[in-house]
Amino acid sequence: MSDAVVPHQAEPSAPRGRAGRGWLRRALESDVFYSFRRSRLTMVAAAITILFFLLAIFASVLAVQNPFDPAQLQLMNSRIAPLWTADGQSPFLLGTDEQGRDVLSAILYGLRISLVVGVLGVLFSGALGIMLGLIAGYVGGAVDGLIMRIADVQLTFPAILIALLVNGVVKSVFGNRLDAMNMLAVLVVAIGLSFWVQYARTVRGSVLVEKSKDYVAAAQLIGLPAPVIMLRHVLPNTMGPILVIATINLALAIITEATLSFLGSGMPDTMPSLGTLIGIGNNYLFSGEWWIVAFPGMALAALILSINLLGDWLRDALNPKLR
Amino acid sequence: MLAFTLRRAIQAMGVMIAVGIIAFSMFRFAGDPVNQMVAIDTSAAERAAIRQSLGLNDPVPVQFVHYFANAAQFKFGVSYQFRQPVADLLKERMPATLELAICATIFAMVFGILMGVYSALRRDTLLAKIFQAVSLIGISLPTFLIGILLIYLFAVTLGWLPSFGRGEVVRLGWWTTGLLTVSGLKALIMPSITLGLFQMTLIMRLVRAEMLEVLRTDYIRFARARGLTTRAIHFGHALKNTLVPVITVAGLQFGSVIAFAIITETVFQWPGMGLLFVQAVQNVDIPIMAAYLLMVSLIFVTINLVVDILYTVVDPRLRSTISRPG
Repeated sequence: MSDAVVPHQAEPSAPRGRAGRGWLRRALESDVFYSFRRSRLTMVAAAITILFFLLAIFASVLAVQNPFDPAQLQLMNSRIAPLWTADGQSPFLLGTDEQGRDVLSAILYGLRISLVVGVLGVLFSGALGIMLGLIAGYVGGAVDGLIMRIADVQLTFPAILIALLVNGVVKSVFGNRLDAMNMLAVLVVAIGLSFWVQYARTVRGSVLVEKSKDYVAAAQLIGLPAPVIMLRHVLPNTMGPILVIATINLALAIITEATLSFLGSGMPDTMPSLGTLIGIGNNYLFSGEWWIVAFPGMALAALILSINLLGDWLRDALNPKLR
Repeated sequence: MLAFTLRRAIQAMGVMIAVGIIAFSMFRFAGDPVNQMVAIDTSAAERAAIRQSLGLNDPVPVQFVHYFANAAQFKFGVSYQFRQPVADLLKERMPATLELAICATIFAMVFGILMGVYSALRRDTLLAKIFQAVSLIGISLPTFLIGILLIYLFAVTLGWLPSFGRGEVVRLGWWTTGLLTVSGLKALIMPSITLGLFQMTLIMRLVRAEMLEVLRTDYIRFARARGLTTRAIHFGHALKNTLVPVITVAGLQFGSVIAFAIITETVFQWPGMGLLFVQAVQNVDIPIMAAYLLMVSLIFVTINLVVDILYTVVDPRLRSTISRPG
């Protein structure tokens, strides 16, 4: 974004009366939306991301079978090639795997699992990181030192290693009592515990800046309790960078979930996510059934790529220095 | 300088003790070590005896000191699944992982620097744009997908390279190497590329950005004024100055390369420490998990310490904060 291009400036500070048609108009006139409209790649990425979310939401309507229901799977239908090849059979558009599971249906349902784990993981790590960051920044002193030292130590270790460890420890404590839904919760916790550091550091940094401003002093003077000041007054002013981190972390969380599932420490075969599907398909690479791994792989790659592109754009659009 | 070094060393010790506490709590509290070691028909008296001999009746702080003292001598206990000392298992698997990690790092540095320099010098060419696209893919695609793609192309379709294992290895003392046989070298190619691709992307972006910055500086302009050849300016003056941060980042990243070998080793069934760790997580083999955590932390902390100290010696301009997905 060069300085030469001056968008028709929407005034963030415009009086309510003029921008009074509501938030939609304000959003459409904003700089962020303008920069969105100017980047074709970003629009394509947004469209693909929205499409994936819609596919996941309406998976049960779109899929020809419920791949999580063993009663609907028939071994007679196993290893059918995609529809456009000579051996294709209706209604299995992208073929079937060795259990007679329709690959397209499995992708739609798997997408749902991947997105649910990704979104919940981001929410959990975000909540944890924001809370710890607010406390560290607002309280300061020894509490700040302790939280930030933990963050420093954790930052030296890759998230995937932490997630694997959390996973292994949970398994050893609960043994084989974990069913698929429990596993989903474990994944969310593992991802949450691996990704909170970045939020905490960012929020803490912003809080340290905001804390010395007059509005915080005013809030303290009228006797508001610290949690209210932190959540209602300081937090909203730190939301920009958090939004960027959350978008990029959504891609990271989905990758982490897929990797854990691929390594066999994530979602089980009975309720597969995209990573599990790729792990299953990987076993059939040599026997010529390429479609079992190829289509889930492409879906995952396209999903991550579009979210990453959105994150990159958001980072640039919300950074006034780059305008 | 000495004070700084000492302070960093004490911090590093603190980190190791913290990790030690985590490893110890995993070892001690996640599941009952005695139950994992004995058969179902072992009598209660025998169990109690084992409990006593393992020191599990001692106060927890005493146990922790014992655990830490043993770990410092590389005694990590006995693996639940293999019934062998964990230290032996790690020692047997370590050469495979280190060889893979070193080859991946060399691959990343060579190609990352070449591609970075090219895309900085010829910014608007098609090839430079292709490199940029590749770097976006290298950051976005999960490691295991890249591995599967390579296997499908070069092992399944073309049949050029083996898809799993280390090939033939040569024994040199306790070290085993695949670098001395043709099949060993062939087996190294795809895992190294898979593992090194992310680092290559990182180095390429870094070299490109640094080169563009350095080329704008006065001493480069002066070199041009002196009438030096373009080649001498680009490679003798500009590139040399971008290499300090590159080597720093490559050094800092070496720890993550070893950790990320977990994924690559699983895809290629590479018999290294990472594969051992993944199997340990699946089979809830806590001693291996704890030992792996300690080993990897030791490598991380040592590298970070050395790099931090070198910073003060060389050039404190750069510190990579880019985090990495799977």
